[in-house]
Amino acid sequence: MNLINHETVVKRMKSRLSKNSISKWIFFALTMFVLLILGILLFRIFSQGFGYLDLQFLQSLPSRKPENAGVYAALIGTIWLMAVVAPVSLLLGVGTAIYLEEYAKDNVITNFIKVNISNLAGVPSIVFGLLGLTVFVRALAFGTSVLAAGLTMSLLVLPVIIVAAQEAIRAVPNQLREASFGLGATKWQTIVRIVLPAAIPGILTGGILALSRAIGETAPLVVLGMPLFLAFLPKTLLDSITVLPLQIYNWTGRPQVEFHALAAAGIIVLLVMLIIMNSIAVLIRNKFQKRY
Amino acid sequence: METSTAAAKVVNPQEKKIVYKTSDLDLWYGDNQALKKINLDIMENEVTAIIGPSGCGKSTYIKTLNRMIELVPGVRTSGEILYRGKNILDKSYQVEELRTKVGMVFQKPNPFPKSIYENVAYGPKIHGIRDKKILDQIVEKSLRGAAIWDEVKDRLNQNAYGLSGGQQQRLCIARCLAIEPDVILMDEPTSALDPISTLKVEELVQELKKEFSIIIVTHNMQQAARISKKTAFFLNGEVVEFSETNKIFSTPADKRTEDYITGRFG
Ligand SMILES: Nc1ncnc2c1ncn2[C@@H]1O[C@H](COP(=O)(O)OP(=O)(O)O)[C@@H](O)[C@H]1O
Ligand SMILES: [Mg+2]
Repeated sequence: MNLINHETVVKRMKSRLSKNSISKWIFFALTMFVLLILGILLFRIFSQGFGYLDLQFLQSLPSRKPENAGVYAALIGTIWLMAVVAPVSLLLGVGTAIYLEEYAKDNVITNFIKVNISNLAGVPSIVFGLLGLTVFVRALAFGTSVLAAGLTMSLLVLPVIIVAAQEAIRAVPNQLREASFGLGATKWQTIVRIVLPAAIPGILTGGILALSRAIGETAPLVVLGMPLFLAFLPKTLLDSITVLPLQIYNWTGRPQVEFHALAAAGIIVLLVMLIIMNSIAVLIRNKFQKRY
Repeated sequence: METSTAAAKVVNPQEKKIVYKTSDLDLWYGDNQALKKINLDIMENEVTAIIGPSGCGKSTYIKTLNRMIELVPGVRTSGEILYRGKNILDKSYQVEELRTKVGMVFQKPNPFPKSIYENVAYGPKIHGIRDKKILDQIVEKSLRGAAIWDEVKDRLNQNAYGLSGGQQQRLCIARCLAIEPDVILMDEPTSALDPISTLKVEELVQELKKEFSIIIVTHNMQQAARISKKTAFFLNGEVVEFSETNKIFSTPADKRTEDYITGRFG
């Protein structure tokens, strides 16, 4: 006796298939909707800002006259900021991840720390701004310097880097560690020669994504009191800077329409930087496809 | 590296020494006892096979012999394992030093994601050998020793992951030979391999026993019969029987051994 009646199965087939194709169309429509909004946004920015985007715009300091103003100071400022954030956050983040994954005993305290690092990734960026203001700008008296901004941003992206590095380290198969220990390697040799090389693509991908978040963030820097308008370039870590998002924020706040167009041009510069960084992340990921 | 033991290689069979003397070894994973009162004397320059059904403690035992078992959190042991007369379970015994003398080949081939050359040179390098000439010599000698030199000599700089499973396993054996060990532990080294690769590894083991003491865990009883001098039959964490391989397979002393080798369980 058959437990499955094939006739009813065939009868029900039709509604199953139509549900299948309806859901496909719904998801397609939703995707298109999001793309459309994104497209309108980009179109507005490009149509407004493209005319102002030239070499002079990239090479000029900000000015009160829109036709002379440029993003040079903000661009250089953003590069300085990255130069502080990248080493600080990568060193601290990867170090913490190595400790948590390779050394820390698997107990309640470790788990508590791990959960809280993930939670920190969800804390609003403005809170990090307040922390930076209290600790770096005031208590350590770094003022509104590259250093203070860089350290604040490092803290902001640290949880993201730690989590990415933890995942990359965890993805290294244990059998590689065993093989290394089996040959008499110490833990440190195993980490440096086996675990980190295998985890580096994942760590770098996470690191670049975190950095691209750091150069787009505005709120914490506003809280720190970083200048929105700065007509000179930094020379040391203790000099003040302004960065792209702040400059854009400053221009959008002006009454003249020309400045709004300048803001749009600034956004394009920022977008191009983000696209370049994300592409590098994708390239790294593809080049080092894991094959275990 | 191992001049003292190398000199001891040419001995007549009566004078063979004990490499590993295990006395009353108990081992717990947390509250779960995996090894119970193990007593085994393993002789040098022989192949000793360990057989038994899944979960009887074969891997646990062999991993205790190079203290790899310590990587599992919550493992406790009692009793002694003397390696060449010294108790390796004593915390003062340097585990890194032990593992330069006792190499291990794992169930699944586990080459590093590096070139063939770097895989073999890894062991010597971590022990501080930097001289390129010496490294070259070690790499060639080890690859020849593992009967894979002819297959890879033209592509030493290619990634080891391009090799077939059987080649990878022989590469892992070469990697282990490169530290010039005294003992080689093998945990089901052929269980992930096809029959032809299995045969090659078995032939290799026959070659290697002239120079090394080999302890091999195997699921395959024919394999144990083919390649080992002595066989230990494990069951539920105990050694049921340990004697000459041909005796175990022809006239086992214990009923449970007989049941196992005739395929009545396991
Ligand atoms: N990492 C571990 N943690 C807890 N128990 C384990 C672990 N590894 C093995 N065991 C237990 O120890 C016993 C012996 O396992 P194992 O030595 O792997 O057996 P075999 O290699 O003979 O198949 C089994 O009961 C298994 O469940
Ligand atoms: Mg096993």
